[in-house]
Amino acid sequence: MDFFNNHKKLFGTAAVFFIGLTILVAIIPALNNQQNNAPLPNAPALSADAKKGKAIFISNGCVACHTQQVRNVDMDKVWGKRPSIAADYAAIHRTDFWRNTATLMGTERTGPDLTDVGNRQPSRDWNLVHLYNPRAVVKESVMPAYPWLFAIKKEPAKNDIVVNVPAAFTRGVEGKIVATRDALFLIAYLQSLKQTPLPDGSTAPAFLYKSTKQPASGGAAAAVELDGKVLFAANCQACHQENGEGLPGAFPPLKGSQTVLGDDLEKYVGIIMNGYDGLPGFGVMPSVGKNMNFTENEVAAIMNHERTSWGNNARKVTPEEIKKIIEQVKSNTQKQ
Amino acid sequence: MYISGILKKTITVTSLFLAGITVSQAQTMTPYSFSFDSGNGPLYFLFILAFLLLLVALLLLSKARRIRNNFRETKKTGPSFLKEHANSLSSPQLKKVLRGRRTKKAALSLLIAGMLLPASKLLAQEQGGAPGPLLSQAGVIITIVLLLVPILLAVLLLIIKLKKVFTQLQNKLNTEKANQLADYLSNLPEEDAAALTKRQEALDYQLSHQELSGNQLPEDKKGLLQINGAPGLPIVAVKKKAQQRPNIDPELSKLVLWYLGCATFWLLFGTTVGEYIGIKFVAPDADHISWLSFGRLRPVHTNSVFWGWASLGMIGLAYYIVPRVCNTKLASMKWGWYTLYLINASVILGTLCLMAGINNGGGEYREYIWPVMLLFAIGLVATLINFLNTIARRTTKEIYISNWYIVSSIIFTIVIALVAYIPYWQNGLGETIAQGYYMHQGVGMWFMLFTLGIVYYFLPQQLNKPIYSYSLGILAFWTQILFYTLIGTHHFVFSAIPWWLQTIAIVGSAGMAIPVIAGTTNFLMTFKGSIYKIKDSYTLPFFLVGIIFYFTGSMQGTAEAFRETNLIWHFTDFTVAHSHLTMYGIICFFLWAAIYAVIPRLTGREAPQITIGAHFWMALIGMLFYTIPLMYGSTLKGLLWKEGKPFIDGVVLMAPYWLWRAIGGSLMWLSHLFFAYNMYKMLSPNYVVDINETAVEKLNKDNPNLLKPIA
Repeated sequence: MDFFNNHKKLFGTAAVFFIGLTILVAIIPALNNQQNNAPLPNAPALSADAKKGKAIFISNGCVACHTQQVRNVDMDKVWGKRPSIAADYAAIHRTDFWRNTATLMGTERTGPDLTDVGNRQPSRDWNLVHLYNPRAVVKESVMPAYPWLFAIKKEPAKNDIVVNVPAAFTRGVEGKIVATRDALFLIAYLQSLKQTPLPDGSTAPAFLYKSTKQPASGGAAAAVELDGKVLFAANCQACHQENGEGLPGAFPPLKGSQTVLGDDLEKYVGIIMNGYDGLPGFGVMPSVGKNMNFTENEVAAIMNHERTSWGNNARKVTPEEIKKIIEQVKSNTQKQ
Repeated sequence: MYISGILKKTITVTSLFLAGITVSQAQTMTPYSFSFDSGNGPLYFLFILAFLLLLVALLLLSKARRIRNNFRETKKTGPSFLKEHANSLSSPQLKKVLRGRRTKKAALSLLIAGMLLPASKLLAQEQGGAPGPLLSQAGVIITIVLLLVPILLAVLLLIIKLKKVFTQLQNKLNTEKANQLADYLSNLPEEDAAALTKRQEALDYQLSHQELSGNQLPEDKKGLLQINGAPGLPIVAVKKKAQQRPNIDPELSKLVLWYLGCATFWLLFGTTVGEYIGIKFVAPDADHISWLSFGRLRPVHTNSVFWGWASLGMIGLAYYIVPRVCNTKLASMKWGWYTLYLINASVILGTLCLMAGINNGGGEYREYIWPVMLLFAIGLVATLINFLNTIARRTTKEIYISNWYIVSSIIFTIVIALVAYIPYWQNGLGETIAQGYYMHQGVGMWFMLFTLGIVYYFLPQQLNKPIYSYSLGILAFWTQILFYTLIGTHHFVFSAIPWWLQTIAIVGSAGMAIPVIAGTTNFLMTFKGSIYKIKDSYTLPFFLVGIIFYFTGSMQGTAEAFRETNLIWHFTDFTVAHSHLTMYGIICFFLWAAIYAVIPRLTGREAPQITIGAHFWMALIGMLFYTIPLMYGSTLKGLLWKEGKPFIDGVVLMAPYWLWRAIGGSLMWLSHLFFAYNMYKMLSPNYVVDINETAVEKLNKDNPNLLKPIA
């Protein structure tokens, strides 16, 4: 056939076929998406520091292991309150003339998703230790260490931020480990990663493929007792450690702690919900409960895990009494 | 114990089948909820028991019938039966018969009585249990089971006993027949005896082993035999040598060799980096240097093996193929060199940029910034023009299919690079959609399409026969364009990009079955009838592995694209295993096959077979060690995520599989050292003095007239 023996016709046809499909399946949808989506009205813009931090995030290739997308499937619920939508990425433009847009959605989740990490792990102290060497706080972690984001100073200046790295991970440096500006920018970026709530009245897309597991029995009234150990692992363990002993100089122990074992439940619940900055020699605790919207069931499960593990032996609390205290704690903070 | 095991199995299988029939079970997708505790349990049990007994009864019935028929046959026997048997005697038997015709033999007979009655009694007992509400109580069930155990044992004994009886009966009949035969043989008529003697002679006949060769000494007039003068115990099987060097322009030869040499360097470099980052999963604190941190080295690895090794290797081979199949000279040697310089420059610069922390923003395989990738694209344009000009002046009428694949692949890749890299668009999700398109077209339209073109040339060449079907090649070509172009966004299933676009990608992935099956069929059918050549060749095993993974790897890609599988495998290392199964199992193996085929033709030197074998086996085994544990572990990890377990549990779970990956990766890396050594042996100009060649040359010099061709 002449068609097959004429290289202009043959390769011309193949090229037109491919380009046509390309336009239909890539170019038009991409243009359509970038033109018809706007960022959510209540989404805050990146601060100058966070912007610099994002550049560090990009240049170190963090996206190789960390996604930034909550898929609309049930198993992704742990990474955000709602599935990510096009509007979440609409504000991201080309980095500059030389570099492409960094939506940083990622395709590998070797490390946790970071869509909402600003809510989940806001503590600056934890992030700094973790960046210096992740295994100092999460011993199973395989994340690279980033010591080049820190400086060693014999005598830190007044406003230097000193990082209390456990001795086993300092690799014999002499002097204090001080966070560089780059480290602080990066943490500013991580802290800025928070899922923006949808404006009132709009409903988020549903999480699909719900797990079919039903509560054992007893109906809706008798709520299932949540697994405190799992909740602790997801929300508290990063700082206070699996063995409840914390990290000396950074995060206080819960094992044998008076607050955990004592009867002042109001203080205890208050710390979980609103954070704490009262212990000399330890970092500031963020308002974990408020950030994660803990229910009384979750708080009670975590408290019971803490009160009965690692040799701790205190009375179990009930969700009912915690509910009252949470309301009280909330109203206290509103008054202030 | 054994019997009860079998019984249990039968019971479960049958009950599952029964349960499947009931409507309530059939409608749900949950595991079957059959239980012996349920009211129907004992009923099922009794039903199965009755069923089994029925089977036993049928078995016995058929046996009995066979015996009866045998009986009748014995009654009917006549001379025809005896003759038949006499003729079927073997030579030694005949000898004995013919020698001892006078000897008489006494007949033996045995009388055995059968007993069949107890079976009916047992059967009657079996029907004892009547169904009722009582049956659902555990105690009652246990009692019934206890009762049934001896009954079943009795049935079993009965079967064994009956079999014995049947055998004895059969033996009795056979002995009777044997007696008759013996009688017949002892009183054999003369003519029959003569016939049997003849028969014995015929059976004893043996060939002299010289029917075909005659008594003359062998002579190899056409030089077909290669006899090793000093046979030892070979460590590796001796394979066929490569064909003699055809007339290749030495300039072109040099260009091709430089391409392949550079490719080998990038393979070594890229996989050394890959090996190192694989180790970092096991030992994350291996170093603390920013330029060597995981996030920066990962794209260094992927990009250098993509744009350095595979791309240079493919283009280098194409510079050999395109002029060959056009039966003409390459249009411009100079432009060929320009492409080589530009691509090398692009990979060097890109690697430095990435290690210094300058990248494009995170899209996979798109980590080089556009000025760096521009060099690569210009190189492609130069090669495209060069190839098109070569094709334009071809002396063959048709354009061989290799050129379809190769040239289209270059055209498409230029389009892909332009779409992905023009620095004026892609905000928000536009970036994600373009990224999905870019990375998958890069894999499918650049590496896969191009490599298929290479295979369409070298596979028939190495098998010394034409490709099985040109039409299948054409079908695969057009369907690959149609379906592959669509599938990019299947890397972002369940993400914020439009649902319909995800669906198109999944449909396209399913459609990929057509080109993949067409291509695989074509290659395998070309192999058909020449499979024996594999053991004589060191290139064909590489082709075969490539073809196998072309099918399995590509079809795995289709399977991964579905929404259900995405739930488990997406975001895990399954993707990493898949890309190694395809980029390594398909592309690398095909490239190695072609390189081992072409370089001896260009340089006249071959690599030692033992190191080629080491390369092949270490690469293959290493890749399997790399991918299989990773796929297994990732599946477990996906399930663990689905259950909502803490994230760190998944990291802990993967640790042993990451170790296996590092071990497999090390094997792969070692195999590349062997490959590099083989390259050196094939390219190195300082070869060992060939005694024969040198002797002839010396003679020629000393006495120019001696070796002149006669007339």
